[in-house]
Amino acid sequence: MSTTDQTVRHGKEAADKVDGVPTGEDRVAIPGMSQEGEVLQEGRNQAGEPEIKHTKHGDISGVPDSSRAGRFSSYKVEEFPKLTSKLEDWRFTPLKRLKGLDETELTGAAPAVEVVSGEGQVTVTTVGRDDARIGKAGIPEDRVSANAWSAFSEATVISVPANVEADQPLLVDINGSSMDPAAQHIVIETGANSSALVVLRHRGQAVLSQNVEFQVGEGSKLTVVSIQEWDDNSVHASAQQAKIQRDGSLKHVLISLGGDLVRVTPSTRFAAQGGNVEMYGLTFVDEGQHLESRLFVDHSQPRCRSRVTYKSALQGENAHGVWVGDVLIRAEAEGTDTYELNRNLILNDGPRMDSVPNLEIETGLIAGAGHASTTGQLDDEHLYYLMSRGIPEEDARRLVVRGFLFEIIQQIGVESIEEQLRNSVEEELARHEN
Amino acid sequence: MSVLEIKDLHASVILDDETTKPILKGVNLTINSGEVHAIMGPNGSGKSTLASTIAGHPKFQVDSGSVTLDGQNVLEMSVDERARAGLFLAMQYPVEIPGVTTSNFLRSAKTAIDGEAPSLRTWTKDMKASMEKLKIDPAMIQRNVNEGFSGGEKKRHEILQLELLRPKIALLDETDSGLDVDALKVVSEGVNRALTEQNTGIMLITHYTRILRYIKPQFVHVFADGRIVDEGGPELADRLEEEGYDRYMSVAK
Repeated sequence: MSTTDQTVRHGKEAADKVDGVPTGEDRVAIPGMSQEGEVLQEGRNQAGEPEIKHTKHGDISGVPDSSRAGRFSSYKVEEFPKLTSKLEDWRFTPLKRLKGLDETELTGAAPAVEVVSGEGQVTVTTVGRDDARIGKAGIPEDRVSANAWSAFSEATVISVPANVEADQPLLVDINGSSMDPAAQHIVIETGANSSALVVLRHRGQAVLSQNVEFQVGEGSKLTVVSIQEWDDNSVHASAQQAKIQRDGSLKHVLISLGGDLVRVTPSTRFAAQGGNVEMYGLTFVDEGQHLESRLFVDHSQPRCRSRVTYKSALQGENAHGVWVGDVLIRAEAEGTDTYELNRNLILNDGPRMDSVPNLEIETGLIAGAGHASTTGQLDDEHLYYLMSRGIPEEDARRLVVRGFLFEIIQQIGVESIEEQLRNSVEEELARHEN
Repeated sequence: MSVLEIKDLHASVILDDETTKPILKGVNLTINSGEVHAIMGPNGSGKSTLASTIAGHPKFQVDSGSVTLDGQNVLEMSVDERARAGLFLAMQYPVEIPGVTTSNFLRSAKTAIDGEAPSLRTWTKDMKASMEKLKIDPAMIQRNVNEGFSGGEKKRHEILQLELLRPKIALLDETDSGLDVDALKVVSEGVNRALTEQNTGIMLITHYTRILRYIKPQFVHVFADGRIVDEGGPELADRLEEEGYDRYMSVAK
């Protein structure tokens, strides 16, 4: 009996229902589907390699990926299995289009980091890979992330000193100009009781594997906006790992619009109780694009709160969106309050959306837990309400679609950035006359 | 002077692609500008269906009969055309529309109804004045349409639209439900202003008589099993208050 099996059983006894909603294995009614989604291969070992079974959380041999708690992590790329579409973590990703991020040495020049505005109270420095501030937020959890870890030579460290409440947002452009596979490392750290807003805007051409760390200090408040507006042929894998200290608060806004393949994996971990995370996402998937967001919230500490709201709009042939939301409430995380929501709007025929919310609960002593996912076309009731006030159908559709998408953009809180993103979304919509 | 005429209206609810269920079974009613018609009846009698059918909700289909506004065929109009022709439905359950601010929504609606954008200065002034009278928090204007509004706020928002959009005929679908007595007074005052200042014709759909203390109907119609089964003046409402709907339930069968 593995550790994972025991915890699942414990969770079932303790919390078959949360707020009246069934959460145990009994809930699963679709053959071939478990709480974690599709059961791909019974008893499958993640790699067929026996050495991949030692993790911080115990022996997982025989039950790979049956709990997010057992996810393997390592700094060494060679310790991860080669990518195949049979791996749960990669089953939706078109691996050929990674352009070698998982296999080749990432020797290309990293995209240029340019501070547009806001430097002063917040400092931006370039440091070597042995800098003490690197690596505090998390260990790579997939092969592509580990490959970047092995390869990066310099890192960008964005620091907010303790007790500083930055009055200007820090705007950072990350400009790619080469299609040679490259690695990049960025650290954002906030000192105790500080607050800041940082925008990372990715543009240009790149084949990039990136590790981004958010080290959120005690009682501090960090808002990070990561915008992916790459050129059409770019490939970007970004592992964004956050660690939140006691009473710290992180608001993470992910906006993916441009690029051939963009795969962002934001993870949040709590180092102490009282932490709070809000994770927002907006992806606009166009013809031929693959935009993937896989997030993880690891409730390992008591009395932390998480809210996840991700939205996508999709249009055109072979537009493929993927959202996977893993939320784990460990046995020790009593008093957890969590909710995750994914809403997807299909604008015409042709796109594909995969949406997989996973909620694992190992203790019944929580404040609340829930998840919801919907994928569909425009809501007729919304259109009806607007039209009943005289607004023509076409205008009503415009209002509702923009309302749906702009709700996430509203979370950013920097008007110039919000306006620019609204314009980008307008351009996307205009392509298909929405 | 406007008139809404409903003649022998039969309508069904569309349950799925193949199934419909008849709800309205021959409704006759004429509403003139400045008149208040109370439509009263038990739950499930079809009162709300009547309002939704006139407004053009896609869930309902008209089987026979006619609805005209000043002689124009309402049933041939799309939902937005009906509103621009001068009809307004204050909904029983207004939906929340994420991402669309109330301010943007109200301005879009006013522009659509008037055929031109309102002058910014008078629009802002009118909106402020109406909101103040309806005791609506000015911050509401920056919130998304109906999102996180309390039941009372939603209903006040409906009446705010009634005042700003100035329809010829307004259908109020259980606007009184979910309101405490203070909110009921505020909402009723708004309806009375539309009545006296804009000469709007009102169809007031309600299950209870308490709103009739504040909005005085000239005509009371009792609705049961999809049609009007009794009609009278305000005294009929008093009688309903005492006796309930029981005697109409047997008439309807």
